[in-house]
Amino acid sequence: MSSQAEPTANVPPEQEPTPDFVVRLGAAQRAGGLVVPVLTAVLAFLAGGIVVAATGHNPWTAYKGIWDGAGFNWLFHIPWDTNTVHLDAFNLSQTLLTMTTLILVGLAVAFPFRCGLFNIGGQGQYLVGLFVANWIGVSFAGWPTLPHVLLGIGAAALAGAVWAGIAGFLKATTGAHEVISTIMLNWIAIWGGQYLFGQGGPLQNTYNPAAPESGTVVQSARIPVFWGNPVLQGLDYGFFVALVALVVFWLILNRTTLGYEVRAVGFNPEAAAYGGINVKTKYIQAMAISGVFAGLAGALDMLGYLFQFGVLDVQASQIGFLGIAVALLGRNTAIGTGIAAFLFGGLLYGTTRGLNPNVFDPSLAGNLTSMIQGLIVLFVGADIFILYIWNARRKLKLRRRAEMAAT
Amino acid sequence: MHATQWAFRPKSIAVLGSVLGLAAFWSAIPPFTARSPLVPILIGVLAIAAGLWAVTRGTRRLGWGAIASGVIGLGLGLLATRSSSANLHVVFAADLIAQVFVFATPLTFGALGGMVSERSGVVNVGLEGMMLMGAFWGVYGADKGGSWVVGILVALAAGGLFALVHAYWSIHLRANQIVSGMAINFLALGVTGYFFEQLYGNKNIPSGVSTVPNVALPGIDHVKYLGAAIGNLNLLIWVGILFVPLSYFVLFKTPIGLRVRACGEHPRAADTVGINVYAVRYAAVLVSGMLAALGGAFLSIGFGGGSFTENMTEGRGFIALAAMIFGNWRPFGAWGAALLFGFSTALAFRLPVYSSSAATLFQTLPYVLTLIAVAGVIGRSVPPKADGQPYAKQ
Repeated sequence: MSSQAEPTANVPPEQEPTPDFVVRLGAAQRAGGLVVPVLTAVLAFLAGGIVVAATGHNPWTAYKGIWDGAGFNWLFHIPWDTNTVHLDAFNLSQTLLTMTTLILVGLAVAFPFRCGLFNIGGQGQYLVGLFVANWIGVSFAGWPTLPHVLLGIGAAALAGAVWAGIAGFLKATTGAHEVISTIMLNWIAIWGGQYLFGQGGPLQNTYNPAAPESGTVVQSARIPVFWGNPVLQGLDYGFFVALVALVVFWLILNRTTLGYEVRAVGFNPEAAAYGGINVKTKYIQAMAISGVFAGLAGALDMLGYLFQFGVLDVQASQIGFLGIAVALLGRNTAIGTGIAAFLFGGLLYGTTRGLNPNVFDPSLAGNLTSMIQGLIVLFVGADIFILYIWNARRKLKLRRRAEMAAT
Repeated sequence: MHATQWAFRPKSIAVLGSVLGLAAFWSAIPPFTARSPLVPILIGVLAIAAGLWAVTRGTRRLGWGAIASGVIGLGLGLLATRSSSANLHVVFAADLIAQVFVFATPLTFGALGGMVSERSGVVNVGLEGMMLMGAFWGVYGADKGGSWVVGILVALAAGGLFALVHAYWSIHLRANQIVSGMAINFLALGVTGYFFEQLYGNKNIPSGVSTVPNVALPGIDHVKYLGAAIGNLNLLIWVGILFVPLSYFVLFKTPIGLRVRACGEHPRAADTVGINVYAVRYAAVLVSGMLAALGGAFLSIGFGGGSFTENMTEGRGFIALAAMIFGNWRPFGAWGAALLFGFSTALAFRLPVYSSSAATLFQTLPYVLTLIAVAGVIGRSVPPKADGQPYAKQ
């Protein structure tokens, strides 16, 4: 190191604040556009394939099995070929069901990201929404479907907003870092859920005191199914709620004053404050809106197809954390989040229940999903690295072209 | 400063108050089992008084801690005097102490690891993943290498490897350290799960894997109460306890520690006086990953007796992070928090004697306390100044 600086050397200039991740993400977006996310996903799948190959499996069959398991085949079916179309259609409907959740937990991470906040608490907000939806769905038997479902969804969204709002409030009033507080809120929700559904808990079922599970959502609170068999977990109308949420996300961010202010705070909170924006309020609002998305995800899952949840389910649930990967891969935009949620929905379903165990062991494949998820988050974090590779390639091409022109 | 002066500092009185608060509770449970409510009330009030005295003399954080300790000790002590003595003996048997150490040890390693990394300016939310790597590769090494020593070495290497990835991303690529840390967590979950399935199929780790031995303290292991409490603890528990003063000494009393802390507070200044900020941060993150891996190895080949399950750490890395924050980025503070959290977990395992749902709710205590601590209700937890900021050399 050359910092044995002689005394005559210039006084080092005041440390420039290294550009914040959010700012750099914006810059990378302008520079790389689609390139970074696509390259990221390709690299992650490639690395996953290498692990699969290194452990003595055929990566091609594994990925083909996941593709089939996700039901993507259905998209390429000739309508009159009825051989496997039923299974494929079912698998695709399950992928879209997973995508519904992922869109919303992805938006729950993406929205505060645009405000310069990193919401790791999607899992907790999702769970809180799920608990409240279960509570509403189990009670009020005899109501008509529409108000019952709307009440369940509304209450869950509100609960998510409050849960996330705590982190936003703490950030605004005391400066407590939202990453720490959302991690803590996650675990409070996880243990809280085990209390609620556990033996002697307030939301435990009434028919079997030995079973640590919730009651079952009554028929009137279930969201109707539009594709597939309602008894076999068909695709419900919640899917369209998630698609609408994508549009709402875009509208809020790009067509409202709130969205403008949120983005301004995200780019530079000090400049935004100087421009007359109340930064603290924006923090609380951004987190609360994020909580609405996550709480909605919980409600749609509970009223759409889960209907019941147990202590073990609370412990095993990980889907809220996937929102981080979805949002980062989707560059925190509406369209990107939608596409990333589709990709991850297929991956998640295609590596678990959809996967034919004779093709590739689902217990391996499920872990492959975690690995790919980790790699994608890792590579998105290294946006500079990915762009560097891409630009180096382009520079090489330009130089070659220049040489060719010279000769 | 005279010894008497030192003893009557507000800080000392506040610490005394905290201890008294604990004693208020302690008096009502075995082995003392005072049955009169007067005993815990008297000691608890003393603790609160000590805390108030300290607060009025400016020692806010510790003082409020003493007051809280007094109130809680008084309350729990009162409850204990009303509870049946048989139940008390189930919950507060001497091996509760041993269990507190068992639950606190992975947290201690993780919290110390997190502290070393964050003191150098690199946020490490990947502790959970590094711990998980240590847990799986530790038991794998012990199984294939035939000795727990090999297991520990393999665990250190695995945790260190992931730590280096985090370090490279945080330091050279200047990636967002929280994104990188979360990536480490997901990646570790996938890697350990995948290789566990690949290498062991659907079978468990074979029994008879070499495990870290327990240490029987000669002379103590047969003493009543004390023997059951600390007479026969796992070697890694003692190592963890030893690392607390060791890390305090290294971080706060040696030039190396000064350099680490300088990089975490003001890397530019550290750079100008000739400290290689990058090298220090790499080393700190590496040590951090290795410490977390030791905590993980304790789960699999220490107390775990040579076993592994997918996602074995179950969020202990995050509690360790909480312990570090609650302990204000200081070794003894982090250790105290780890013990407190370990105590609350150990107690939660025994409380079902009274009520199983209350026992579950009790598990949220570490997280609620940490939330209160970062919100700064009782004295603020303040991270190192440059924590989480990438440093660009000029």
